Amino acid sequence: MTATHRPLVEVKDLHVRFRGERNVHAVNGVDFALDRGEVLGILGESGSGKSVTLKALLRLLPEKRTVISGQIRVGNEDVLALEPEALADFRGKTASMIFQEPMLALDPVYTIGWQIAEAVERHEKCGRDAARQRALEMLERVRIPSPARRLDAYPHEMSGGMRQRAMIALALACKPQVLLADEPTTALDATVQIQILLLLRELQRELGMAAIFVTHDIGVAVEVSDRIAVMYAGRIVETGKVADIVRRPSHPYTRGLLASTVHGAMRGKRLDAIPGAPPSLNEAPSGCSFAPRCKEVLPECSQSLPQAVTVSPAHLSRCVRSTPVTA
Amino acid sequence: MVSLAEPVPLIIAPSRGYWASVGQRLLRDKVTMVCVVILLTIILAAIFAPYLGLADPYRGSIIRRLRPIGTPGYLLGTDEQGRDMLARLIYGGRLSLFIGLLPVFNAFVIGSLLGITAGFVGGKVNAAIMRTSDVFLAFPSVLLAVAISGALGAGILNSIVSLTIVFVPPIARIAESVTTQVRSLDFVDAARASGASSWTIIRVHILNNVLGPIFVYATSLISVSMILGAGLSFLGLGTKPPEPEWGLMLNTLRTAIYVQPWIAALPGAMIFMVSIGFNLVSDGLRSAMDVRR
Repeated sequence: MTATHRPLVEVKDLHVRFRGERNVHAVNGVDFALDRGEVLGILGESGSGKSVTLKALLRLLPEKRTVISGQIRVGNEDVLALEPEALADFRGKTASMIFQEPMLALDPVYTIGWQIAEAVERHEKCGRDAARQRALEMLERVRIPSPARRLDAYPHEMSGGMRQRAMIALALACKPQVLLADEPTTALDATVQIQILLLLRELQRELGMAAIFVTHDIGVAVEVSDRIAVMYAGRIVETGKVADIVRRPSHPYTRGLLASTVHGAMRGKRLDAIPGAPPSLNEAPSGCSFAPRCKEVLPECSQSLPQAVTVSPAHLSRCVRSTPVTA
Repeated sequence: MVSLAEPVPLIIAPSRGYWASVGQRLLRDKVTMVCVVILLTIILAAIFAPYLGLADPYRGSIIRRLRPIGTPGYLLGTDEQGRDMLARLIYGGRLSLFIGLLPVFNAFVIGSLLGITAGFVGGKVNAAIMRTSDVFLAFPSVLLAVAISGALGAGILNSIVSLTIVFVPPIARIAESVTTQVRSLDFVDAARASGASSWTIIRVHILNNVLGPIFVYATSLISVSMILGAGLSFLGLGTKPPEPEWGLMLNTLRTAIYVQPWIAALPGAMIFMVSIGFNLVSDGLRSAMDVRR
């Protein structure tokens, strides 16, 4: 890496805390970087802070109840410092987002075409007709059958997969540089899932976008990502290229996750599950959050936060047992 | 490699607009349509009363008092001052419907404004608006209407003001709860994620999703408003005699209930018919508008 090289997205020491009757430390020091055209998969179970990280990138979290610290840079924008007007310009144009449940993420009282055109008009400052034309192109691009007709369809008139395609068309309408996808296939059935994933992957390559996929499905993460970051209790515990993570997982949590999939399990043999449940995040962790569930726990695990260890090139693990690659 | 199989294109029925499909459903709903026809007849008759060739609703006759229903020349008989009941009932609709509709309309505008603001802004603004409206909600509506009317003094305008005050809190409450619900739905986040400002979100996404339910609720208040308005007149706080108004007529005919019970019941029947009509239409509207999701 040269000194002039600057990744498209850079997140440094991101902390997100929700205030309220009790504090929730949802994200506790997340760092990652993303290059143009690269796809990062963030993998983790429910409540591991993956969706919160994603929403923080667009500052979609309720401002009054959240405390965000750290640094988020996308392109040339310091996201956390943007003024409301600049933030609105940034959202949708530089980075945009796909949501998990397409039925809820599309406004039920407007047609698909109207909703896409609205976003286009907002950012491209063009007329209604041009915006509608773009909406039609987008629907063609996401391969919705008879797109001209679907332009005037309401969300409830479409199937789940079709709605997610429309959602993708909406998110990509202004050609963002970064696409954030929050479990885009979780709400869909298996056959539609793979179609949507392939479509996303294809569009991402075609448009040269960077993308961040949040998912709890290892299969999905492996299918679409170049790199994977595994999150646990608000921290990235392991990150590396897909092949490294899958073949040489270093963190015990990653190994546990990989062992608990159905793929390749022997018939009649019980699946390996990780015992226990994720910790409550009412207080900021002082040691390794996974220690209480870890099979290979050491006394020093709960004493301090484990440092990131480079186990092989571009492969980091936050575990005291991980052995650094010998330089 | 899984091929990117295209979903088989289906023959899609041409998509109608949302309101067009609501209209279609309403047309198919027989009960609602019957009510709409009855209400329209009454409303139109009230509006065009002077052109219907009716008797003068103010001119009485000492010798023709309390004629029974069906008397030649007096289709629905005469009241205690010998005035034509049919004419008075139709002219009475003008004031009664006015008192039924105007306060609800006012309250719809004010209440939605307050409720949507409370729901969208949240926090202290929400607490201030909603707790104040809770104070009003604590009183039974009849009592509140009578108290405010009594304080303001008798008169049509004052009863409209007092009824508006009575209806603002419940509408604000509905508006607030629907807004809070809609605000937390993903499409608001999605709109925000595609660069919409708060104002655009309220104007475009919240308003259009929220107004439907509030509107349906408001239509159900029309009958309450009519009954309360009639009640105020009955108590002498609304319309003044000799103005024809159903509640007031009910009051003045009360003395004749042993002589001509059917005639005494007529204004009550009108109130009943119109309020039940509005209620059923409101029900029909609700189910017709519930097509999405």
